[in-house]
Amino acid sequence: MFDTALSSADLIFLAKGAGMTIVVTAISVAIGTVLGIVFGVIRVQLGTVYAAPLTFFLDIFRSVPLLIQLVLANAFMGMVLRVQFSGLTVACMVLSLYTAAYCAEIVRGGIDAVPTTTRRAARSLGMSWGQDMRHIVMPLATRVALPSWIGLALGVMKDSALVYVVQVTELLKSTQILITRLQEPMLLLLICGAFYFVISFPLARFGGYLEKRWSND
Amino acid sequence: MFGYTFQWNQALARLPKMLDGAVVTMEVAVLSMLIGILCAILLTLLRLSGSRSLRAVAAGWVEIARNTPALFQIYMAHFGIASFGIHFSPFVSLLIGITFNNAGYLAENFRGALKAIPDTQIRASRSLGMSQTQAFRYIIVPQMLRISFLPMTNQMVWAVLMTSLGVTVGMNSDLYGVTQDLNALTFRTFELFAIAAVIFYIITKIITLGARLIAARLFRY
Repeated sequence: MFDTALSSADLIFLAKGAGMTIVVTAISVAIGTVLGIVFGVIRVQLGTVYAAPLTFFLDIFRSVPLLIQLVLANAFMGMVLRVQFSGLTVACMVLSLYTAAYCAEIVRGGIDAVPTTTRRAARSLGMSWGQDMRHIVMPLATRVALPSWIGLALGVMKDSALVYVVQVTELLKSTQILITRLQEPMLLLLICGAFYFVISFPLARFGGYLEKRWSND
Repeated sequence: MFGYTFQWNQALARLPKMLDGAVVTMEVAVLSMLIGILCAILLTLLRLSGSRSLRAVAAGWVEIARNTPALFQIYMAHFGIASFGIHFSPFVSLLIGITFNNAGYLAENFRGALKAIPDTQIRASRSLGMSQTQAFRYIIVPQMLRISFLPMTNQMVWAVLMTSLGVTVGMNSDLYGVTQDLNALTFRTFELFAIAAVIFYIITKIITLGARLIAARLFRY
């Protein structure tokens, strides 16, 4: 029963898939966070009415399945614009915007959590908008936003399992390739699941710990 | 402008089929949500129980559901369980996968909501002569559902979006599956998936707006 055809070469193949998952996640989260902060600040600065187009644009990424976003982006690049991007590029572009859409929401929540009076006090003391943002808002907003951001980063890692539709062989896809060859779905899926779990669980716990420690009550 | 001729008519002609798919998508999402809420209440109960092993089972479910991709969970329901000789149809596999995911996330929400309900209420209901079951059913659960109404709405939206993963286990009657089949027939990839995206967008908007209306009606006080 415990015989398996799984060889060390297969494990290396899985490890490569895992590496791809991490690469896609890292690039997307990095770009997405920068974009998300920019979008979030713009949304707060412009106010609800003027930021409505941006809000709508970002809302699309949160209301359409990621699978469809990837297929659409791929079709748009390849068939409509006729530019040849690698699957990895398309995957990172879509996932970055996807991350940015959620991140903007988190950033906005963080900025809103800073009391207006505190910011007015900072401005009254002669701080410029930039100083107020950097020295007052950023430290306070980070406390509110960081736990959610960790959750978002982990969410993106889990959602990166969908980039197989643009021919990126990440962990779940390489698992599936091995399942097709070895016909041992349970074992392979358990290895795959364990990998996601080992990365996600400690970080999720850490996020929960920060949330508890940094909450005011 | 583009070296590509959009042929929306061809894609729009298939709209009725896609709307049929949207109905199946909604069916899966609503069913997974209803069963998911029941499972989540059960998980919340298990987490409160005195038995260590029951608590471990509940904690394991919640952590696995929250720390692995939904796609993995659906694969597990379809290919993983199949290695024990139990074969589910794509519809059932998808439903199991999403329900498992929903239940895990909802149980975590319920746990947060539970903390917001004062202990004194349980003691008050017990001293009014309610049994433990009655107190849980009439005092705790209604408030729990009410406090976690907004997270539940979000989960519902996610459930709808997650149904698109069914295609990986061979589901072809939901909105994404139908769209993919039509794509294989007509090869109007961009147009078809753009329409599917619009339908998904409308569905999620209906859910969030509907939930807001329901909340305004239910939680007036």
